[in-house]
Amino acid sequence: MTWTRRHLITIEELSLAEIDQIHATASAFKKILQRNVKKVPALRGKTIVNLFLEPSTRTRMAFDMAAKRLSADVIAFDAASSSTQKGETLRDTAENIQALNADMIVIRHAAAGSPLYLSKILDIPVINAGDGAHEHPTQGLLDTFTMKEHLGSLKGRKVVILGDILFSRVARSNIHALTKMGAKVTLVGPSTLVPQGFTTLGAEVSHDLKSALADADVVMLLRIQHERQGHRHFPSLGEYTGMFGLNKTRASWLRPHAIIMHPGPINRGVEIDSELADGPRSVILEQVTNGIAIRMAVLYLCAGHQPEHVIASTE
Amino acid sequence: MPALWIRNARIVDPASKRDAVGDLFAEDGKMVPTLSAAGRKRAKKIDAKGLVAAPGLVDIHVHFREPGQTHKETIATGSRAAAAGGFTTVVCMPNTTPTADNAGTIQYILDAVRRDAVIKVLPTGCITIGAKGDILAPIGSLKRAGVVAITDDGDCVQSNELMRRAIEYARMFGLPVMDHCQDTSMTDGAVMNEGDVSIRLGLRGWPNAAEDVIVSRNVILSSYTGAHIHMQHISSAASVDILRRAKSDGVRVTAEATPHHIAFTDEALATYDPNFKMNPPLRTEADRRAIIAGLKDGTLDCISTDHAPHTDYEKDKEFDYAPNGILGLETALAVVLEVLVRKSKFKLSHAIDLMTRRPARVLGLPAGTLLAGAAADICLFDPDESWVYDAKSGQSKSSNSPWSGRTLVGRVKTTIVDGRAVFPFAAS
Repeated sequence: MTWTRRHLITIEELSLAEIDQIHATASAFKKILQRNVKKVPALRGKTIVNLFLEPSTRTRMAFDMAAKRLSADVIAFDAASSSTQKGETLRDTAENIQALNADMIVIRHAAAGSPLYLSKILDIPVINAGDGAHEHPTQGLLDTFTMKEHLGSLKGRKVVILGDILFSRVARSNIHALTKMGAKVTLVGPSTLVPQGFTTLGAEVSHDLKSALADADVVMLLRIQHERQGHRHFPSLGEYTGMFGLNKTRASWLRPHAIIMHPGPINRGVEIDSELADGPRSVILEQVTNGIAIRMAVLYLCAGHQPEHVIASTE
Repeated sequence: MPALWIRNARIVDPASKRDAVGDLFAEDGKMVPTLSAAGRKRAKKIDAKGLVAAPGLVDIHVHFREPGQTHKETIATGSRAAAAGGFTTVVCMPNTTPTADNAGTIQYILDAVRRDAVIKVLPTGCITIGAKGDILAPIGSLKRAGVVAITDDGDCVQSNELMRRAIEYARMFGLPVMDHCQDTSMTDGAVMNEGDVSIRLGLRGWPNAAEDVIVSRNVILSSYTGAHIHMQHISSAASVDILRRAKSDGVRVTAEATPHHIAFTDEALATYDPNFKMNPPLRTEADRRAIIAGLKDGTLDCISTDHAPHTDYEKDKEFDYAPNGILGLETALAVVLEVLVRKSKFKLSHAIDLMTRRPARVLGLPAGTLLAGAAADICLFDPDESWVYDAKSGQSKSSNSPWSGRTLVGRVKTTIVDGRAVFPFAAS
């Protein structure tokens, strides 16, 4: 199958075959990243702009690293000192970036739908690095990639996503990816943060942590985004931790092979006990490492390359 | 004296229960039963064969942005958009800059209307100073200055006590109070209907419960005081139910629905197009159907457009940051014909009633009929003409319409105000 997509806006719109292609390409890049010379010339002479209009550490560094491993030039757009602070619209900012002859834009934005909006304005590929509470496709791709490394096929596997689902783009992208891949997704957390409406996305909703964890293969924790909730969705962080925080006792309800994931940043002692985050079940840092290979794959494919080329080069 | 003779039109005048082909006559700006032979001879004649002659349409909810936001719309451009849409009387909302919360601003608006308007434009004043919901506006002075109603449209009066006093006080002047029903404590940061679609799109939801709570509140206050409250742009099925019961109990409440709430649902937001962003938001198919049912059984009194112009550069933004509101005047009739008459099997006269006599009755305006003695305000339209609406070439100063580029059926051919054709516009 030929890769034809120029933009990566959502996982919702990807087919299972496209997800598999990205994973296979990332797998090849991961091998390259283990070599002595970690750089390939695939995007030499191309300029990628990282337009991050919302704070980000991991995602931004991973995109930066991925682009450099592909030999692209990277321009970081600093929202704090940029003209957006002077009232420039997103359209004008983007058109200026295109006029500067950028070849690709990676965008992180607090407003859902902004990457789609940009993709309609610009002629160059647009990669969504997280838009509001909508999607974070590369995170969903790297999470499922990491799960596959530990569990093999995800068909019939059960993934519990625990925490603030309502405001989470990571949850939405994972729900779409996992359901396409045949996994069962159970969303767990306080009823105000895990509304029943999520069942329309193909996930189950539960507020009973014990029964949800009992047969889970993966438990993915999400950060409690206290800054987004305006203190109305649950009484306190203390009460949240008391009811839904993952601690040693609760982790003991998991089956022996089950893994613990977290997209970061972690609030130690809130959604997860420190020793679990660092413990043997935790794959949190593997997620970060895999994030580079996934972003290399996405940049590589959306720049117009085909998966076979890089896969062949590593076989 | 100028006279007008419209021949061979299908005359649809709900006030006189008339729906038949015939002729209409006007003299000195008023409808007359007939003209003398001499009068017929000198009358301006319009051959309306194949056209419907309806009373000039009435819209009790438009935003003309003057004073202060004339980059979006002016009384001149807004009234031209109205005329192009077949409207002869509109009621404009007071959320201008400055807000129309004082007699001076009302006087300014009326001066502009006299100077620039091609149709009848009637002002409303605010309920509270600056529409901030804290202190009553000088409602008596506003009435004397010429407002036909008071409203804080766009901002709902949150305090039950203040709303109670406002309706009691306004009642003394016979002034209707119009309310935009939204409990703002429940809609912080909300940009679309709360439901399955908002979950999928990751946008903040505006629950219909926030409307229902205020509709209930208003029913209770109207019932308690006996004062009239008009609920603006009802969007929720539950609100329709609350109003149905209130009306059957004899409570003095009225309500309106917009063309967009009967035409679209929140599924239209899938592409994050800000031209589908308005307040209250588009809701579900069940809500849409309930609003149509409410219009059918009279629970909802009339159609109003909530014509809300914004410039391209204001509207063309990330969905979260785009302002609420869309144009409505130039497309309303065609949309109502499509949704109510052709799809929902309303009689044409019923649909016309919802856009003429009934909105006029809500505010007690002398408009909306072709009965002898009434102002000769007439809308002539071809119910079957298919046309492509291009908002950019429309009359409004703005072009924020979800219908732009769509083929519509039903087109206004001539709009007559006080016996004079004001649309099509003379070449200038």
